[in-house]
Amino acid sequence: MHASVRQAVSVNITPPVMNAATRESMAPAELRMTVSKLNFWYGSKQTLFDINLGIATNKVTALIGPSGCGKSTLLRTLNRMHETVRNARLDGEILLDGKNILSQDVTQLRRRVGMVFQRPNPFPKSIFENVAYGLRINGSKLPMAEAVEKSLRHAALWDEVKDQLHKSAYDLSGGQQQRLCIARALAVEPEVLLLDEPCSALDPISTAKIEELLVQLKDLCTIVTVTHNMQQAARISDFTAFLLIGQLIEFSPTPHLFTTPSDARTEAYITGRFG
Amino acid sequence: MNPRLRWRKFVSNFMLTMTCCCALIAVSVLFFILGNLVYHGGTSINWNFFTKLPVPVGETGGGMANAIVGSAKLLLLATLFGVPIGFLGAVYLAEFSGSKVAFVVRYAADLLNGAPSIVIGIFAFTLVVHPFKHFSTFAGGVALGIMMIPITLRSTEQFLLSVPRNLREGAMALGASKWKTIATVVVPAAYRGILTAILLAFARVAGETAPLIFTALGNSYWSHGWNQPTASLPVVIWNYALSAYDDWHRQAWAAGLVLLALILVINIVARAILSRGISVPRA
Amino acid sequence: MERHFEKDLNELKERLLWMGSLAERAVHQAVHAVLETDEQLAKRVLDEEDAINELQMEIDDRVVQLLALHQLMAVDLRFVLAVSRINNDLERIGDQAVNIAQSAQRILRHPRVKPYVDLPRMSELAEEMVRNALNAVVRRDVDLATKVLATDDQVDHYRDQIFRELLTYMMGDSSVVFPAFELILVAKNLERIGDHATNIAEDVIYIVQGQDVRHPTVDRR
Repeated sequence: MHASVRQAVSVNITPPVMNAATRESMAPAELRMTVSKLNFWYGSKQTLFDINLGIATNKVTALIGPSGCGKSTLLRTLNRMHETVRNARLDGEILLDGKNILSQDVTQLRRRVGMVFQRPNPFPKSIFENVAYGLRINGSKLPMAEAVEKSLRHAALWDEVKDQLHKSAYDLSGGQQQRLCIARALAVEPEVLLLDEPCSALDPISTAKIEELLVQLKDLCTIVTVTHNMQQAARISDFTAFLLIGQLIEFSPTPHLFTTPSDARTEAYITGRFG
Repeated sequence: MNPRLRWRKFVSNFMLTMTCCCALIAVSVLFFILGNLVYHGGTSINWNFFTKLPVPVGETGGGMANAIVGSAKLLLLATLFGVPIGFLGAVYLAEFSGSKVAFVVRYAADLLNGAPSIVIGIFAFTLVVHPFKHFSTFAGGVALGIMMIPITLRSTEQFLLSVPRNLREGAMALGASKWKTIATVVVPAAYRGILTAILLAFARVAGETAPLIFTALGNSYWSHGWNQPTASLPVVIWNYALSAYDDWHRQAWAAGLVLLALILVINIVARAILSRGISVPRA
Repeated sequence: MERHFEKDLNELKERLLWMGSLAERAVHQAVHAVLETDEQLAKRVLDEEDAINELQMEIDDRVVQLLALHQLMAVDLRFVLAVSRINNDLERIGDQAVNIAQSAQRILRHPRVKPYVDLPRMSELAEEMVRNALNAVVRRDVDLATKVLATDDQVDHYRDQIFRELLTYMMGDSSVVFPAFELILVAKNLERIGDHATNIAEDVIYIVQGQDVRHPTVDRR
């Protein structure tokens, strides 16, 4: 029944057709990545304690928690970026499509699990070369121009830059640079996209654009995002994990966690009573 | 006005005037030297100067062609020898080393930088001239190259370190190995600074005289190949200036002018390249 | 820029309007059960009550989720809050319809007290109020909502008239007390339905203009 027209009252009216599932079901969806018994140390200080969670395929999973709770650390283990830090040590298992990522070739892994960082970090090259970078270094034989256009369209940036592909990436605004970084990450067609507080350096309008973009990108890949803004997690994610001092306190479908959280500490955090 | 206040005003004005004068003196020294060079040597700069070999004393019309070419060959060798070592060493320091090793290497480089150039000349003599039993352009190139290493290394390292960490992370997160990241992202991002570093190192050694005395020695004629002694501008200036002949004096002034002009131009170009902006993103 | 929560807002509106249609139909069927002494119609109203109650709970769940997950502002916030209220009014309208249907079931055992003159007119007005109120929600039509508010007096007037008339009948003939009393209850229920339609109309004005017109005599300055 179209909302702007009402049928005359009659005895035999039929219920309206609902387009899609109204709410994500609480049953566990297919899992793209699984984290099991993960413990993490920086030097002698342990920062993650026995983390177990599953990242659902083609959904947005958000990691929230107060500063220092380990959410960024956890995110960075998912594509082994923790290995760029000297005294980081990890214990446990992280599976991507059932295979342990810790025993795979790391550069291959990072093609399948991409990352977008907190501050936009485009390379000092042209917009075109930024997006093409991942394809070039992975030896892709695809025609570059098409692949670059496809990525920029997926990142909702094509219309704004299609006439200036050879200008420097640094001429773009902050929000555009971040979408460029998303396009760059998408160019290699990752299965999972990790975003570490992607909007924290941006103004509200750019933030809104990127949030809508992430909701649409679900169809392309699985998304995991860290955010210190829990309203953002509420707005865009399907599943939310709440971490506190390195421990996973609660992990549930987002509507459940934000309306009836199971743990008192979760409730204290989301009602703004601490952190 | 009370005397205390008068005294303070006097001291203030005095200091202002004095510091101003010192600044002016510092600046004017450069212009004074340039002026002198132009005055004394300007007239000797002619076509002969650049194209003719030196002629026996008493005759006129000689030039410094061999010294100019000799300096060019020496500097080319020095660059080929010193720059890659300095550059790759800087890459190691900036990207791979732990802080203890880095500290030692930097300290050593700084000490080398401060070593007297004549000592480096003697070292190159022992290393190259003595075993081969003759002076050569090659030896001179080695000596100058050694002097270029610390400058190139330290400056390049600084510029590599100034590339923000998140650029490296961005590349690695796309699946680039460490070396690919360095080659395709870090070095291109720092290229202006690296170029400047090389130019400044070049300018620094272009005017060095002492190391060449024991290595390239000198030559009144053309030097063929790399194994013969060669004339070079700084050494020729030294020789001519100490001689008793006016014509040679004038030529020394001219050579000095050419050398200084070359170094000034390189410095200005280097600074211009650098000021076009280090490549960092707008925040 | 379209935000993804708009899809949820639209679904909420559709569910509410569906509930409104069910409530409207319940009133219509219940009233005709009385006026035409139709036992089947009365039974149908009672059977369909559950659907309305389920919708009330579903709509409340949706409202809670929308408020928790999306930081709604301005018209979106007013809309969701108003939906929560309209939800309750519709459920009450459904209850009133059930009451009327139950009265219909009890009346049919008795002969008709008198020809129904005012009751059909009153029920038509009440149904029209509900219909207009829901249309005002769909179209966010403040003028239509104001018309609903104005009609309430007429409905109240009819109720008073029916009371007086039936009272006279009851005083004159004690055998008609039972059905006449049921008819008074039906009139009372219709008047309550009118009040709920008025509430819905007030919520529409709140959504569109942000004004709370519920109690004009209260001084809020």
